[in-house]
Amino acid sequence: MSIVNVLKGFYEILKAMAVTLKYFFTKPLTVQYPKEKIRLYPRFRGRHELQRRPDGLELCVGCGLCAAICPARAIYVEAAENTDDARYSATERYARLYEINYTRCIFCGFCEEACPTGALKLGHEFALARASRGDLVMGKETLLQPATPHAIILED
Amino acid sequence: MDWIDTLLIPAIKAIVVTLGLLVGFAYMTLAERKICARFQLRYGPNQAGPFGIFQPIADALKAIFKEEIIPEHVDKWLYVLCPVLAMAPAILAFAVIPVGRPIVIAGRTITLQLADINVGLLYPMAVAGLGAYGIVLGGWSSNNNYSLLGALRTTAQIISYELPMALSLVSLVVVTGTLRMSGIVEYQAALPLIVLQPIGFLIYFICGLAETNRSPFDFPETENELISGYNTEYGGIKFALFFMAEYINMIVVSALVATLFLGGWQGPILPGWLWFFIKTAVMLFVFIWVRASLPRARYDKLMHFCWKFLTPLAALNLLVTAVVVLILR
Repeated sequence: MSIVNVLKGFYEILKAMAVTLKYFFTKPLTVQYPKEKIRLYPRFRGRHELQRRPDGLELCVGCGLCAAICPARAIYVEAAENTDDARYSATERYARLYEINYTRCIFCGFCEEACPTGALKLGHEFALARASRGDLVMGKETLLQPATPHAIILED
Repeated sequence: MDWIDTLLIPAIKAIVVTLGLLVGFAYMTLAERKICARFQLRYGPNQAGPFGIFQPIADALKAIFKEEIIPEHVDKWLYVLCPVLAMAPAILAFAVIPVGRPIVIAGRTITLQLADINVGLLYPMAVAGLGAYGIVLGGWSSNNNYSLLGALRTTAQIISYELPMALSLVSLVVVTGTLRMSGIVEYQAALPLIVLQPIGFLIYFICGLAETNRSPFDFPETENELISGYNTEYGGIKFALFFMAEYINMIVVSALVATLFLGGWQGPILPGWLWFFIKTAVMLFVFIWVRASLPRARYDKLMHFCWKFLTPLAALNLLVTAVVVLILR
C-alpha cells in the first residue's frame, strides 16, 4: 500500500460520499400510492374488461378464441345459445360462463388481440390483491364492470 | 444527607442513562431507516404516526410477540444469556462519558456523568471489549458450524481493531496528559482535539465503524455472502437484543468521538448538554452516511487494512505526537 494509493482511495471514498449526500437533499421518487395516484401510460395492461355495445348487449359471443390463445391457460369460456326470452349478445351465442384466473394470467394481451368482436380489453386496473385464491378467479359479474383505477392515464 | 450523594443521585443518573440509551436505540433504528431511505430517494417508514415516529414501538411489539424458537441443538443457558452478554457492556460503557457541564440543584453540584473515574479512557475500551464474549459465545452456543465461524470472524475483527483504536487514544493521552474524561473535555475548552490529532481522529472513527460492526465492516450482517454469522440461529427478541447492542455501541462510539475529539460538551452560546447531543448526532449521521455510501469490504481486505495499515499508522501517529509533545515541553 503506497501513500499515493491510500490518498487516492481516500479521495475516491470522499467523492462517493459526496454523491450520496447530493441525493440526500433531493426529493424522493417514491409515489405515496394509496394517497397519490399512479401515473400510467394508456397501453398499460391491467385487469380485463368485457365491453358492451351501446345498446347494453354484451359484445362477447363466447367463441373461445381468447381461451385458445392464452399461453397461461387462464381463461375459461363456456358458450350457450341466446333465446328470445334471455338475450345477452346480438349474435346466436353468448358466453354463459366467462372466467379469468388471475393467479395465472400474465397480462400478455394475446386474448385482446385474438378477440374477433373487440369484447375483451385490458384495462388499467391493477389493484388485484385478494384475500383468497378463489377470489382471484373472476367471472363475468366482475369483468363486465369497468374498474376505476387509482391512476392518472398519461398521453401516449 | 450523605446517602443522597452516594446512592440516590447515582441511581437516578444510572436510570436516566439506561433509559436514554434504550430510547436512543429505538429512535436510532428509525433515524437509520429514514436517513438511508433519503439517500436512496425513498421516504422510509412514514405510516405509523406522524413521520413514522411510532415505528420503533411497532417494531418492538413485533419482536417481543414473535414466536420464541430455541433450536433443539443449542446450549440452552448460554444461548439465552448471550444477547444479554452482548447488550449489557454496551450500556455500561456509557457510564464515564460526561454529557454536560456540572449543574447545581438545591445547593448540590451534580456532574452530568455517571462516574468520573481517573482511568476514564480505559474503562469504555475494557467494557466494550467484553461485548465480544456475547458474540463468540452466542456463535458457539448455537452449535452450528456457520454460527461459530461467523462468531470467530466477528471476534477477530473486533479484537484486531481494538489495537489501532487504543493506539490512537494513547496519543490523546500523550497530548492531554490525563486519562480522566472530564480532564480531556476541559483540555478542549479552547481547541477541539480533532485539530491537533486529525489522523488519530480518522483512525479512531474507522476503528469505531469496525468495532460496532458497521458498514463497510458489517461482517455479522453479511446475510447473503457469509451466512450472517453468530446470530444465524437467533430470532425474535433475542435477535433484537443483539441488534440493540450494535446500535447502542454505535451511540457510545459516537459519544466518545464527540467527547474525545470534538470538544465534548464545550461550545459557545448553547447549553453544554445540547452541544454534546448535537456532536453525537452529527457523528451518528456520518455513521449512517458511510453505510449508505460504501459497499461492504472483503474480509481479508479488512484484516489487511487493520494490521498492515491502520496499526502501523496509529503507531506512527503516536510516535510523532510523543516527539512533538516532548519538543514543545
